[in-house]
Parts: sequence; C-alpha cells; structure tokens
Amino acid sequence: MIGEVDPTIINITVFVLAIFVGYHVVWNVTPALHTPLMSVTNAISGIILVGAMLAAGPAESDWGVWLGAVAVTLAAINVFGGFLVTQRMLEMFRKKDKKGSE
Amino acid sequence: MSANLVALAYLIASVFFILALKGLSSPITARRGNLFGMVGMAIAVFTTLTITKNWVVILACIAIGGTIGAIVARRVQMTAMPELVAFMHSLVGLAAVFIAISAVNNPVSFGLPEVLPMGSKLELFLGTFIGAMTWSGSVIAFLKLSGRMSGAPITFSGQHTVNLILALVMIGFGLWFFFSETTNWTAFACMVAIAFILGFLIIIPIGGADMPVVISMLNSYSGWAAAGIGFSLGNPMLIIAGSLVGSSGAILSYIMCKAMNRPFLSVILGGFGSEGGATAISDGAQKNYRSGSSDDAAFLIGNADSVIIVPGYGLAVARAQHSVKELAEKLLENGVNVRFAIHPVAGRMPGHMNVLLAEAEIPYEQVLEMDEINSEFSNTDVVLVLGANDVVNPAAYITGSPIYGMPILDAHKARTVMVVKRSMAAGYAGLDNDLFYMDKTMMVFGDAKKVVEDMVKAL
Repeated sequence: MIGEVDPTIINITVFVLAIFVGYHVVWNVTPALHTPLMSVTNAISGIILVGAMLAAGPAESDWGVWLGAVAVTLAAINVFGGFLVTQRMLEMFRKKDKKGSE
Repeated sequence: MSANLVALAYLIASVFFILALKGLSSPITARRGNLFGMVGMAIAVFTTLTITKNWVVILACIAIGGTIGAIVARRVQMTAMPELVAFMHSLVGLAAVFIAISAVNNPVSFGLPEVLPMGSKLELFLGTFIGAMTWSGSVIAFLKLSGRMSGAPITFSGQHTVNLILALVMIGFGLWFFFSETTNWTAFACMVAIAFILGFLIIIPIGGADMPVVISMLNSYSGWAAAGIGFSLGNPMLIIAGSLVGSSGAILSYIMCKAMNRPFLSVILGGFGSEGGATAISDGAQKNYRSGSSDDAAFLIGNADSVIIVPGYGLAVARAQHSVKELAEKLLENGVNVRFAIHPVAGRMPGHMNVLLAEAEIPYEQVLEMDEINSEFSNTDVVLVLGANDVVNPAAYITGSPIYGMPILDAHKARTVMVVKRSMAAGYAGLDNDLFYMDKTMMVFGDAKKVVEDMVKAL
C-alpha cells in the first residue's frame, strides 16, 4: 500500500454504495405500499438513536449529555412509532390478501 | 465489546435494514420485511448499549420515547398518516441537531479528537444544517397537512432572493466555524438558527396538492441528516441506513413530480397557480353542467355492468373509505364489475389512497394503478369520481394548458361520469375541469361520505 486510507474516503465509499443499493431496492417497491415505505423509512432513519445514545453515553453528565438524552427520546419515538404504525398498515393489507385468495 | 465486533454487529443491522425495504416489493413479504427492520434496530441499539456508560438514563429515555411512539402508532387515524409522517421527520431532524451540538460540546465521547479536525467540522456542519432544515420544514408540513395552518402557498416578492442570501450567510458562518481554531460557538449557533429559518421559508410557498412531493423530499432529507451524523461519527451503519432512506425519499419525490408532469425545481420553488395559472382560471363564458341527487346516482350505478371508482383527497377528508367499501360490496353482490383507479398523486402522500382502501378492507386486486387501468375506461359504463379533480382533468391533453402533459386517469372516456364534489370550485391547479361540463357527466354535490351512504341506501 502507498499509505493509510483516510477513514473519510472509506465512509464515502460506503455512502455511494449504499445509495446504489437503496436506489435499486426502492424502485422495486410496489406503488400500493408507498405509504408503508415512508413510515418504515421513518423508523429506519430513527437509527440516529445510535448517535443520540453516544451523546448521552458519558458517565460524567454535563448539558451535552442531557441534550443527548432528549435526542434519545425523540429518536425512540420515531423507531417505535415508525415500525408499529407500519405493522398496523401492513396488517390491513394482509386482511384483504386473505379475502382475495379465498 | 471490541471495536471490531461492534462494527460487525452494525454491518448485520445494516443488512437487515436493506432486507426491510426489499420486503416491501409485495404485500405478502412486507410484514416479514418490517420484522427484519425491527431486528436490525434491536441489534444496533443493544450493540451501542455495550459501548455507553449512562445506561439508566438511556434506557429510561428509550422507554419514554418508545411508549409515546407506540401510543401514537396505535391511535393515529389512517387519514392522518401524512401528518404523522411529517411529525416523525421533524423528530429525526431535531435529534440530528441535538446530537451535532453535543458532539461539538464533547467530541471525545464520540471517539473524536478533543479539538475537532476540519473534516469532522465540515461533516458536523452538513449534518446540522440538513437536520435543522428537516425539522422546521417538517413542522410547517405538519401544520399544513393537519389543517392547523392554511394549505395555500404563502409567497412574497423577493422570496427566492431572501432564501438565497440566507443560504449564503449560513455558508459564511459555516466557513467561520470551519476555520476557527477553537470551538466557535457563535458561528455554530448562528448557522443553526439560519438553517431553522431556511427550513420554514422553503416550505411555506408550497401548496396543499404538492404535499406528496414535499413529504417525500423531507423523507429524503431526514435520511441525509442521519447519514451526515454518520459521517461525523465515522459510523458506517448510520451512513448506510441514512442513505437508504435518503434515496428512497428522493425516488418518491421523482415519481410524484413525474405524476404531475412538473419539474422538481418548480415544485420546490412553490406558488403553483399564483403566477401563470391565474389567467387560465376562467374564460368568462358561463358553462352548463348537469347535477343530480344521490338517488339519481344510485339508479345509474345500479344499472351499470362495470364501474370504476376514482378516489381523491376529498375521500380522505370526508373519511368515506368505509362507506365506499359498502357501496362496492353492494355493487359486487349485484354482479357489477367494480374496480378502483389510483392516481400516483391522489391524496396528500404517496400511496395514501391505497392505505385508506386497505383500511376499509377492500381487496387489493380491485385496486389498480393508473397504468394498469387507463385503457379500461373506454369500455366502462360508469366512472364515479370521489373528491378528485386535477387528476381527471382532460385539459392535460390540450397543448398550452398549465397542466398539459400531466398523466391523468382517462375518466372522460367512460360512457357515464359521476362526480361527487362539494362545489364547482376549481382544484389545486386553479383550473376549470372540462370533465364536469361534458354531456355524459352528472355532478352530485355534497360530502363524499354522505353521498355514498345515501347511494348505498338507495340501491
């Protein structure tokens, strides 16, 4: 090797590849499920919870830690709310599915 | 846990997130997909817990937020989904801002050097301003969607210039923050404040029916905000999850713009119908239309062999989905072929109508997308338009019309058209709809739910 690669370059690599994956996966989503797609992506963007936990993580607390704790709460609303409401919607699509196949 | 193990666990979580989205390619695999998403999130959270110390506070906050989220998810009306989604976007935005502020305050707790290197500063800058704009933009979208604020575009002269200047000033503060040797709180705070204001200003000129684009765009932003924080913290999982959400929102915005035949930029710059559209509203001539009662409508629809129902935002407003389901069932019992035609931008968010019809337990084989059903209108007896307007306006075929080229549902090709609407008022585009004045069209005035209920009784 010519030397160490800057971590930012690796992050950019991950970023670009993830966009490609997202692009191809999302085009396959059926239009009827676009609303559940939005609510589940809402839940997934709640992954920011991980960042919030790191902010709230240090044992010695200052105001930054408390700000992190608030962020944890906000992100948790998103994670739980997003997945559960998606589940609720998808259950509705299932009911119809059963009826249709009978 | 060692750093390598943590990274591997994060990788597994990321794969689960991709599987969650993949599941949505069909209603049959979608529930399993959602489950994958939850598993991925659980892995991510537990892994992160092992590298943090403040467990009690963190778990308590997750419990509080989780309870609120669960209650909201259980209680929300399906007609209110657009508001809920906007509300949740705003939370991601705000959380991103808080995390960034916390990272500037104490970089060491994130594994960053005590004095932030330039690269990290740039990443924090990006994450913060996208987060701040997502928050304030989503708040406006929420207020507009929930009717707490008028859905009409709010425009003033020099709006774009003001936005541009603010954006430049914000970048200026960003540069100041960037090149300061110590932590420059003044620059950072000013930058955040301007980003908040920009978020408000960017969304207020965008009107009600453009909401599907706005909400998809904010969906995209919330993903980029998460990815931005991922860059700041050097966390590939946040980058992957954020980019998935970001590209998903971007694709939805694209699909919505295409369905309105409007360039993304013109939607974002806002104010549709306030400039060019105004001249086209009325050509002065008094046109005649035929109106009938819900009994007349029931009679016509009862004698048809094939019926296509076109639902629009009016159906959501009137919460008529359950009555419509009764109507469809009654017609099916009488041997009528009933189907639903969904325009991509019907309602206030992508897929809005599908969810409402699903809630009413209408089998999804009866619910067809525009491309699947458009050729069927010409051999259909009756089309029933429920609270939709621009998406069935044949002006889309007339060169020079403001909506020329927009793909529409060809309701005008059916033998008989019935339009349930509250008044003759123009739709969002501010255009008269020639469909309403055709000889074969009957207008039924009233609240969609009331009219449909009366029709069911009369059948």
